[in-house]
Amino acid sequence: MSKKNKAILPDPSELKEEILSKYPKKVAKKRAGSIVINDPEEHQVQQSNVRTIPGIITQRGCCYAGCKGVVLGPTRDIVNLTHGPIGCGFYSWLTRRNQTDAGADGTNFIPYCFSTDMQDSNIVFGGEKKLAQAIREAYEIFKPHAISIFSTCPVGLIGDDIHTVARTMKKELGINVFGFSCEGYKGVSQSAGHHIANNRIFTDVVGLDDSVRPGKYRINLLGEYNIGGDAFELENYFEEIGITLVSTFSGNSSILDFENSHMVDLNMVMCHRSINYIAEMMEKKYGVPWIKVNFIGAEATAKSLRKIAEYFEDDEMMAKVEKLIRREMQEVTDTLKDVKPRCEGKLAMMFVGGSRAHHYQELFTEIGMQTVSAGYEFAHRDDYEGRKVLGSIKVDADSRNIEELEVEKDEKLFRKDLPEKKAKLEAKGYKFSDYEGMMPDMDKNSLVIDDISHWESEKLIEYYKPAIFCAGIKEKYVIQKYGIPLKQLHSYDYGGPFAGFKGAVNFYKEIDRMVNTRIWKLIPPPWKDQPEIVAKFADAEY
Amino acid sequence: MTAIKRDKPYSSTRNACKLCTPLGACVAFKGVKGCLPLIHGSQGCATYIRRYMISHYREPVDIASSSFSEDAAIFGGNQLFNTGITNIREQYNPEVIAITSTCLSETIGEDIPRLIHEYRSIHAGEELPAFVNASTPSYSGTHLDGFHEAVLALVKTFGVEGPKEEILNLFPGFVSPEDLRYLKDVLEDFGIGYILLPDYSDSLDNPNWTEYTRIPEGGTSITEIARTARAKASIEFGSVFNRGNLPAKAETRKHTLTAGEYLEKKHFVKNYSMPFPMGIKATDRFFETLEEISGKPTPLRHKRERGRLVDAYVDAHKIVFGKRAIVYGEEDLIIGLVGFLDEIGMDNIMVVSGARSGLLEKKLEDATGKSPSGISVLDDGDFETLRETAEGMKPDIFIGSSKGYYITRKLDIPLIRVGFPIHDRFGAQRVMHLGYKGTQQLFDRIVNALMEYKQEKSNVGYKYM
Repeated sequence: MSKKNKAILPDPSELKEEILSKYPKKVAKKRAGSIVINDPEEHQVQQSNVRTIPGIITQRGCCYAGCKGVVLGPTRDIVNLTHGPIGCGFYSWLTRRNQTDAGADGTNFIPYCFSTDMQDSNIVFGGEKKLAQAIREAYEIFKPHAISIFSTCPVGLIGDDIHTVARTMKKELGINVFGFSCEGYKGVSQSAGHHIANNRIFTDVVGLDDSVRPGKYRINLLGEYNIGGDAFELENYFEEIGITLVSTFSGNSSILDFENSHMVDLNMVMCHRSINYIAEMMEKKYGVPWIKVNFIGAEATAKSLRKIAEYFEDDEMMAKVEKLIRREMQEVTDTLKDVKPRCEGKLAMMFVGGSRAHHYQELFTEIGMQTVSAGYEFAHRDDYEGRKVLGSIKVDADSRNIEELEVEKDEKLFRKDLPEKKAKLEAKGYKFSDYEGMMPDMDKNSLVIDDISHWESEKLIEYYKPAIFCAGIKEKYVIQKYGIPLKQLHSYDYGGPFAGFKGAVNFYKEIDRMVNTRIWKLIPPPWKDQPEIVAKFADAEY
Repeated sequence: MTAIKRDKPYSSTRNACKLCTPLGACVAFKGVKGCLPLIHGSQGCATYIRRYMISHYREPVDIASSSFSEDAAIFGGNQLFNTGITNIREQYNPEVIAITSTCLSETIGEDIPRLIHEYRSIHAGEELPAFVNASTPSYSGTHLDGFHEAVLALVKTFGVEGPKEEILNLFPGFVSPEDLRYLKDVLEDFGIGYILLPDYSDSLDNPNWTEYTRIPEGGTSITEIARTARAKASIEFGSVFNRGNLPAKAETRKHTLTAGEYLEKKHFVKNYSMPFPMGIKATDRFFETLEEISGKPTPLRHKRERGRLVDAYVDAHKIVFGKRAIVYGEEDLIIGLVGFLDEIGMDNIMVVSGARSGLLEKKLEDATGKSPSGISVLDDGDFETLRETAEGMKPDIFIGSSKGYYITRKLDIPLIRVGFPIHDRFGAQRVMHLGYKGTQQLFDRIVNALMEYKQEKSNVGYKYM
């Protein structure tokens, strides 16, 4: 980050005490570890990936949402079939705004919501027959390359064996059919669903096609979901600098690309939380190393592009990268000149996802806004504190229930040259398999809060009086009742793209519009007559 | 009227035309004063249902969850239930906690009344909120069943017998906040004391706040709900109510009553059940009933609204007459719409609902007073079956929720958004459906959509139409 750890915020200990004082004793004790007053110089433990306390009004979703909604949802040529009552399928029907380019043949099943729509009798007598029939129907209608099955809560309880059904149907239909046991009650958040999705994609899809795609260099982009067209922006960059993008997990993605995704020279990880499993497994099995990249923020994008060119040690590519950056930065600089004076000094906070709450701080820094508090919805400790803590994370019962795959080296396809290349570059200080987490990038005394509740957001708002709050639709209208704009970072408020250079320009303009629109003057904030606590940073207009 | 014979009876549901049961219950519970709903199940249910309601109402919607874990799914969720309730009390201090079940808690046989009872005994001596619960397994029925189960649970739980009062119960069904505001205006103009249940006209369409309110204002209080048992009469809008999954309910002998039927049976509150007052005929029936109950004539304002509506029918009849409409959504809404469209001379060519009460055809006949020819009726249907059937039907217009947009886009015809969910237009809370006023708005929208379509498709570029 460009202005790393320069500012020191006022100590929010009193705020933390006040927040905790409202909870029953046991709950307060639990929540205390999830609310950390940041010190970027010290290593602090951030409690995360622990169970949500019932009744707290969490923003978290469930295992099914992470598996079907997030990881598998955005792929256009897999027919996704929800096995369960109708709600789960309906609610995950197109709601994440993943875009896709259906290409020449127009294959795109994303707009469809297939469900076995289980009824009373299926719960009593079992739903396997109905599931098999639904798979046959999906095949008859679309003749797809693959069909995947997603379990919802009752499926696990009544003991439907979706994996046996998948195997039987695979044999019967001659296409790939695979199932995910992603019942909603598994794990503590959608994160469990990510892991389950990664596992099954790795065992049942990755590695089915060993052909070598054309091009000098081949890569995968992992953890980019093409919300609002983000992935389209990035695809253009890779093409321009001469890289073949084999697959994106999973945005504007195709199962045919997943099958071939092990035949690459490098994996780039965007959202570390949701997809690091595949990156790790691919390295073990095929020797493909991975690097963490971030294309949110103009400077971060430039940095990531340079990092890729450095990996390939190709001067021609580096020249192309520099040319691209120079060209694209022109509009970025021009926009900043206009936008920054109106946004500078304002405060922002963001509570979203498993990587965005970190990545988007870059964009705010670029327009001179400070992130005073941030947290993830479903991240683990490594996303906060960095991968250095991986060995020391205690595996609790909820995580133990999610299978950890044993992966072995593929003797035939293992790329011996890549680990050698990795070692050589590492010796020069190049970082692989590394994510330092959010906390080292945040200012001293900023508040880092995992799985924030409504009550906590309210208190934060009263204390910091931020100019903008970033989260999702569930928080949007609550926060806006305070007279504070909320930017949705899950669905982008139906805008975007926000990735890459053009995305950064879009975002600057969007935030400028949101924090400076005249509408907020019509809504007197509740603290109008209260003294400023964070006087130094608070927005003078209020 | 003919039921659509499906040459390929799909066992899967392809693009559902219904939502799940607990969602409807949550909407209804949002219309109770000081109430916070708790969904007893996985936290995903609360999250999904909140995000769906929020995208329609564009308002804060707080719904708690007992956040089931894997071990709770096996050993039962009473511990989580207790923690959840205590947490809600500490943070929200609600007057009412309304609990809905889910497919998860129903499948493992959670006994919610027992859980409430246990909680009460553990916390004896403390000041507790009121509790109410609705059984809403999502594998049984649709969101409409959930909605009416919740209303029934409210009058069952809180209704208190006593000397009769000069008040009217109005159970409006699943309509918009603007509809609810309109109904209150009507009853106030009549000078009738009333209890509207549920009433989410404020809680799901809040004004801006000067002070943050954790539980939005508005809603029917439990003291008011108590009086429903002492009312002079009830009016309930709907035709199918919580009978959306009648065949399965009949099998398990779980067939339940509507709130109005319950009060009539248990507390002798005369029940007037009628389809949604949409169009002149159905709205006349509503106003005539109000005249009968109150002994007062319809106030002038509403007579004039009726007159203007008839006048509008005449003026625009050349635009709507003979136009072919496809209507989809909740059965009760469809029945109201078909009565109205029939009245203005549009041809209803197909109605589609995801519910499977088996009553749709008969109730349509009852509502229109005849057996309208040429309507294809598809219940237990979905959007893909609708699309496949519609393509050969040459419809002029679709009327229903946002979910049909992908079909009208392909057919290149207008879609009038009504009902739930509407997430691709602004102001879903303020879309009107009921009464002379609501019909007028709906009529204007339909006429204008058809005019706009004609104008845009014309080579001439008409400016006067």
